[in-house]
Amino acid sequence: MRHEKMTKVGLFFIFAIVCFFILIPFYAIALASFKPGGDLVRYGLNLSFDLSVMSLNNFVYLFTGSHSYFNWFFNSVFLTIVQVVLTLLISATVAYGFAAYNFVGKNFLFICVLMIMMVPFEILLLPLYKLTNDLGLMNTYSAIVLPGIASAATIFFFRQYISGIPKEIIAAGRVDGASEYGIYVRLIIPVMKPSFAAMAILNGMNSWNNFIWPFMVLSETVKYTLPIGLKTLLTPYGNNYDLLIVGSFFSIVPILILFLAFQKYFIDGMTAGAVKG
Amino acid sequence: MTVIKRFIYSQKVAPYVFVLPFILVFTIFWAYPLLDSFEMSFQKVALGQESNWVGFANYEKLLGDKIFLKALANSAIYMILTLVILIPFPMMFAVLINSKLMWGREFFKASFFFPALTSVVVAGTIFRLMFGEMEGSLINSFLSLFGIEPIKFLKGQVTGFVALLALATWRWTGVNMLYFLSGLKNIPDDYYEAAAIDGASKWQQFTRITIPLLKPTSIYVLTISIYAGLAMFIESMMLWNGNNSPKNIGLTIVGYLYRQGIEKNNLGYAAAVGIVLLAITMIINVTQLSISGLFKKEDQS
Repeated sequence: MRHEKMTKVGLFFIFAIVCFFILIPFYAIALASFKPGGDLVRYGLNLSFDLSVMSLNNFVYLFTGSHSYFNWFFNSVFLTIVQVVLTLLISATVAYGFAAYNFVGKNFLFICVLMIMMVPFEILLLPLYKLTNDLGLMNTYSAIVLPGIASAATIFFFRQYISGIPKEIIAAGRVDGASEYGIYVRLIIPVMKPSFAAMAILNGMNSWNNFIWPFMVLSETVKYTLPIGLKTLLTPYGNNYDLLIVGSFFSIVPILILFLAFQKYFIDGMTAGAVKG
Repeated sequence: MTVIKRFIYSQKVAPYVFVLPFILVFTIFWAYPLLDSFEMSFQKVALGQESNWVGFANYEKLLGDKIFLKALANSAIYMILTLVILIPFPMMFAVLINSKLMWGREFFKASFFFPALTSVVVAGTIFRLMFGEMEGSLINSFLSLFGIEPIKFLKGQVTGFVALLALATWRWTGVNMLYFLSGLKNIPDDYYEAAAIDGASKWQQFTRITIPLLKPTSIYVLTISIYAGLAMFIESMMLWNGNNSPKNIGLTIVGYLYRQGIEKNNLGYAAAVGIVLLAITMIINVTQLSISGLFKKEDQS
């Protein structure tokens, strides 16, 4: 028994130390958001806790100053919601086609789904940039949303999930005279509901943190998303560290709240790909 | 009208209606750009100008391009080092946190995972400031406790990579640990009980039961880590606040593609960089599939 207790303490100790190092960057940025940006440039990001230099000035500036932060913030919220809703609906529909039917070309098309997952998206940045330019979609949200609405990973996950639903439901629907689409909308989607949460989180996180493609497409400050906006606060011509730090800190808060509320779904969503991997 | 309606509603046609959005997105936003990328890699292209065929000139130029080779080496080294760190340690943490003797499991799981929720932009900014060159910055003030002089992390090759890897480790340890945890759930407890009865030590149980049975998870984590490693770009961009690091110590393949294509409007040359990256990932893919395929045959016999 004594041996067991030692192991317990030892394990806890190891994890407590690692956890300490993992949480330090969060503590540092939280602390820095109460200090003047000039201090950051002069002394670097550190853990000194000095009440005489700390104030709520940065937060006052964040909420009342003239800058585009909340404009970017709500752009990000809007784009995330649009992307999640469209991606989920369209990917689920495609997945149902793959899972419920046998049709000519099905295997070929499913290999196409797998191919998308096997090729790094970064390779497509330039041709997509050129295509977006040719289509006249530069500086529009359509250019950000459209390429991702049939997400390969999401289709793959939904297909697995639908394969687990008894085929009798579909057969019973046909006997009752429901149309092919009626079966999907009225019988299958309600059964799929539990799988939507995990995929909503996975796609939502990708969308909220998406950076490089929107950065290439969007050129107007009013259309920027939060990551792009924060990135542009540092320029060769002048830095806005006050807003950068408090803005970075504040951008973590909503995700933290969502994470604490829906922790299980976050973990399911993030690890969904590894199931049967 | 009823003919059309009956056609669309027929059981033969319905599946194509369901998968139509995928066919459209795949063709327009994937297959066409990929083919276009191949075409561009044999051309001299600039936005708004006529393209000219140049044959293999872009590829020939790449072979002798020292900066490209530097980017290639950086990406490869970064990828290998992330594999060395981000597979064994998360696996070990998963096994330990899964132990019945673990206190505060849910709390540790959540806090290990938490860095993955931050965007690269925010995380990269925090790490750039933590690894700042002033003696007061977090890492340097920590090192000074051991009497080490302040280091200009982001100016040196090795120290720059330390910062890059610290960032990657911080963001991905928790996620990979969760992958391994979900893999561990699929291993029945009986195996360990039987092994314990046979007198196997904890270490033997780990090497003989846990590691072999975690193989599907390990292959998955390996695959996504190889991709993420080779395609890494924004981490470097945030750490050096732009795509230019001193002597290109932080330049990656995708960083070079971005520099040539977007910053220098040299799309043909940049497309060739992309095709090389595609070729590398395809070679790794095929190699990996054939190796894991061979293992599968062994398992069955």
